Amino acid sequence: MKIEILGVGCAKCHKLEELVREVVKKEGVSADISKVEDFKKIMAYGVMTTPALVVDGEVKVAGKIPSSEDIKKLLGIK
Amino acid sequence: MAEYCNTLSKNEQENKKKYIPLVLIPLAVAVYVFLEQGVNFFVDHVINLEKGRHLTEAIRFFLYDTPKVLILLTVIVFVVGIIRSYFSAEKTRKALEGKPLFVGNIMAACLGIVTPFCSCSAIPLFIGFVESGIPLGVTFSFLVAAPMINEVALVLLFGLFGWKTALLYASTGLLIAIFSGWVIGRLKVERFVEEWVYEIKSGDFQMVEQKITFNDRIQTGYTAVVDIVSKVWIYIVAGIAVGAVIHGYVPENFMASLMGKGAWWSVPLAVAIGVPLYSNAAGFIPILQALLGKGAALGTALAFMMSTIGLSLPEMIILKKVMKLPLIIVFVSVVATGIMIVGFLFNWVY
Repeated sequence: MKIEILGVGCAKCHKLEELVREVVKKEGVSADISKVEDFKKIMAYGVMTTPALVVDGEVKVAGKIPSSEDIKKLLGIK
Repeated sequence: MAEYCNTLSKNEQENKKKYIPLVLIPLAVAVYVFLEQGVNFFVDHVINLEKGRHLTEAIRFFLYDTPKVLILLTVIVFVVGIIRSYFSAEKTRKALEGKPLFVGNIMAACLGIVTPFCSCSAIPLFIGFVESGIPLGVTFSFLVAAPMINEVALVLLFGLFGWKTALLYASTGLLIAIFSGWVIGRLKVERFVEEWVYEIKSGDFQMVEQKITFNDRIQTGYTAVVDIVSKVWIYIVAGIAVGAVIHGYVPENFMASLMGKGAWWSVPLAVAIGVPLYSNAAGFIPILQALLGKGAALGTALAFMMSTIGLSLPEMIILKKVMKLPLIIVFVSVVATGIMIVGFLFNWVY
């Protein structure tokens, strides 16, 4: 699974990255997590509000921090 | 308001939470209504301070205004959080697409007040707007209104200055956002946007619209309260404490020569100091309110407030990534001129 966190370094973006890493670690799934800070790449996803969560190239959430529960669901972990 | 993002969560266990406001809001109203009597009773009879002394009046002011403003803030932020959950940057963009200049400016300024977005999203938002063909002037109306008219500033103005000043601030702020955007639109400044902005091809963003229940919206309200109130309460308490000292100890008419009506230069000076200054409204509105009682003019105070909240150096530095310097200068001067007109107008009318 390829997970990307879009954001240019605001507090909310860091928080989302932390949360995602936490969930992934806890659930023991193998995932490639990366942070996307380049505007061009962010805009290529059509996202206007950061932070955003992209899983396998698909935008799942934009402009807010989902709860750990929601992140689990968005990552497809049951 | 620009600073804060919201979180929606779908936790079934939180279902019961929607009943909490039904209890808490009437409670808050009750405390609010009886606060003045309660504080007077406490100051005059419980801790038994001598009426009319500087210290007594300063304590009275602090004990009354702090809970009043904090209660108001919590309730309003909660309600605004729920209202904001009906809006999003994507919906706003869609609404603004293809709107002619003037109508677009009015819509953009109004949507700027209610659309939730972080100040850190200003760049993607700017690019997103430009990319979908929304005129630059309309985009600027949004960018001016979003930070300037926010619930924290309005609550403080309402609580400390009264509803007239709050309404005045909101309506003139809206007018400044509409007209600055319109003027910038007429100036044909598109060439001062960094070229790479126009080259960006935005992907077709098709986020699956999650079903948002009313519970989720209540949750958004809670999150907004936790986010905002936890951030600003300390500034409010500090600001009111300083204000209380000013109320009690600074002589009448102390500010008249510096920020009074007679000193015409005080309006441009207030704007010149306010623009680079970055502060949240929470701390200095209580101080300004106290200064107003000491002979400062309302127009000067409003101009200072607007320039501090609406324009700030960090925001300019962020925007510099997508705009060339001439555009930033045009942006700041147009908005600053609007603020000064408002300042002069109020000093003249009152």
